[in-house]
Amino acid sequence: MRYINHEDVAVRTKKRLTKNLLLKGVFAAATTFGLIVLAVLLYRIITQGSGYLSLDFFTSFSSRIPENSGIRAAIVGSIYLMLVVAPVSMFLGVGTAIYLEEYATKNKFNDLIKVNISNLAGVPSVVFGLLGLTIFVRYFDLGISILAAGLTMSLLILPIIIVASQEAIRAVPNELRDASFAMGATKWQTILRVVLPASIPGILTGSILALSRAIGETAPLVVIGIPTILMFMPDGLMSTFTALPMQIYDWTKRPQVAFHDVAAAGIIVLMALLIIMNSIAVFIRNKYQKRY
Amino acid sequence: MAMNEPKQVSVQDLIAQKSNRGLLAFIEKLIPKLLLAIAAVSVLTTIGIVLTLIVETTIFFSRVSVFDFLTGTEWYPFANSTPTYGILPLIVGTLKIAGIATVVAVPIGIATAIFLSEYASDRVRRIVKPVLEVLAGVPTIVYGYFALTFVTPILRSMFPEIAIFNAISPGIVVGIMIIPMIASLSEDAMSSVPNAMRDGAYALGSTKLEVALKIVLPAALSGIVASTVLAISRAIGETMIVALAAGSTPGFNLDVTGSIQTMTAYIVQVTTGDAGYGTTIYYSIYAVGFTLFLFTLFMNMLAQFISKRFREEY
Repeated sequence: MRYINHEDVAVRTKKRLTKNLLLKGVFAAATTFGLIVLAVLLYRIITQGSGYLSLDFFTSFSSRIPENSGIRAAIVGSIYLMLVVAPVSMFLGVGTAIYLEEYATKNKFNDLIKVNISNLAGVPSVVFGLLGLTIFVRYFDLGISILAAGLTMSLLILPIIIVASQEAIRAVPNELRDASFAMGATKWQTILRVVLPASIPGILTGSILALSRAIGETAPLVVIGIPTILMFMPDGLMSTFTALPMQIYDWTKRPQVAFHDVAAAGIIVLMALLIIMNSIAVFIRNKYQKRY
Repeated sequence: MAMNEPKQVSVQDLIAQKSNRGLLAFIEKLIPKLLLAIAAVSVLTTIGIVLTLIVETTIFFSRVSVFDFLTGTEWYPFANSTPTYGILPLIVGTLKIAGIATVVAVPIGIATAIFLSEYASDRVRRIVKPVLEVLAGVPTIVYGYFALTFVTPILRSMFPEIAIFNAISPGIVVGIMIIPMIASLSEDAMSSVPNAMRDGAYALGSTKLEVALKIVLPAALSGIVASTVLAISRAIGETMIVALAAGSTPGFNLDVTGSIQTMTAYIVQVTTGDAGYGTTIYYSIYAVGFTLFLFTLFMNMLAQFISKRFREEY
C-alpha cells in the first residue's frame, strides 16, 4: 500500500506552483519598474539636454534667449552654498554625534535630543525654508544671501549627518578606546586621536551623501526667495546668488519649450555632480572603511 | 641623600601630575559642555520651527478667523475685493497627490521588497539595490521636470481631457519618488524575519509564495506599514514636483484631471510671487506651513508608534 498518492499530490501542487511562478514574475516586473523609470528618465534628459551642453553653457549667464542661456552664476552659487553647508553641517553633525555616542548618559534631555533628531528628519524641506526666511533672512537680517541659504540647508541635512556619524562612531570597537585609556589618555584625547580617525571614513561617506542631497534641494531656496536670474557673480557670503536647481526650476517653469531643453542640460550637469559626489562617497567607503 | 641623585617619582604621581595640568583638565571639563551646546542646536532648530510657525500664524489669525480657515472651502487669497482663506481646498489637493502616490507606490514598493528579500539571488540584489538608491537620490526638481515634460504629455495623448496641469501626473511621479523608500524599508523589515520561520513553513510543504505572503509578510507587517506611513508623509511634504506639474488652482472637489494646488505648492507660489512682507497673504504661508507641519509630524509619530508598538520580536 502506498502512503502517498503521487498523482494526487502532483495535481494539488501544480496549481500552487503555477501561482508561485506567476507571482514571482509579477514581483520581478514590479522591481524592474524602478529600473525602467530610471533608464527612461536618464535617456530623456540626455537626449533633450545634450544639444545645449557646450563650453558656452558653463560660461554664460541666464538669458531670455534659450541658445544664449548658461549656468555660470548658478554653478558658482551652488559651489559657494556648499562652502557654507559643508563646514557648518559637519561641525554641528559630528559634534552632536560625538556627544550622543561618547558623553551622553541616559537622561530626559538626551532622550529629547534623540527623539527630536528623528522627528526633524521628517520635517518637509519647504518648512525649513520658512524657518530660514523668518530666522536667518529677516530676524538675523542676513538678507537673501549665501550665508542665510547655507545655514538653512545645513539645518536641513543635519539629521542625516548626525545619524551617519553616530553609526560610524558606534562601529569603532571598544577595545580601541580601552587601549587608549590604558595608555593614560584622557577621554577627549581618546576621541580626538583614536575614535575620530577610525570613524572618519564613515563620517565622510555619510556627509558627502547628505551634501549631495543639499546640492539638489530646491524648495528651501524658493521659499527664502533667492533670484532665478542673476547677471553677476556672487562676491562673498553676504552676496545674493542663484543655484543650479533654482535655475533648472526657472527654465522648466517657462512656457517656451526650448527652455525645457536648456533645463535638461542643467539637469545633466546637476546629475553629473551628484554622480561624482556619490562615487567619491562609495570610493571612500570601500577604500578606507575598516571592518572590525 | 646626595643632591644629584635622581628624584624618585612613582608612575602614579606622574600620571596625577600630567592629568592635573591646568589646561588639559580644563579642556576635559569644557569639551562635554561644548558638545552638549552643539547637540542642543538640533533641539533649537525644532523650537525655532515651531515658534516661527506659531508666532506668524497667530498674526494671520488676528486677521482671519480660525474657524473660517479650518472649515472654509474657498481659497482665493489673491482676490482683490474679498480674499477668502479656507484651507480645505489645499488639504484636498495635497491628499489627492498623496492618494495617487500611495496607489502607485505601495503595491510596487512592497512587491519589490518581496522580490528582493524572498526571491532574488545575491547577484540580482547587488545590482538592484544600488539602482534603487540612485532613484532615491534623484533631486525632486528633476522628478518635477520629468512629470511636466514627459508624464503629462503621455497622459494627455492617452486621455485628451487631462489638462496641462493636473493631479494625476505629479501624483504618479511622487509615487515613483517614494517607491525606493517603501521598498528598502520594507525589505529591511522582511530580511529581519528569522530564517527558522521560513524553514518551518518550507518543511510543511509551502511554496515560496506561501512563505512570503503567509509567513514573512505578516511577521514584518509593522515595519511595512511604518515605511508606508513614512512614505506618505514624504508625499505630503513634497514640493517641487507639485509646484511644477500640478498647477495653482485650489479646488474643493475630487477632480484629478484638472489643475489643483497643494499646501506646499501654495507656499512656493507666494514666495516666488511679489506678495509683500506684512500682508495677509505673506502670513498665510505660515498658517499653511503650520498645517503641513502638523500633518507630517502626526504621520511621522504614527510611523514610530506602529514600528515600536506592533513590532514582533524574535
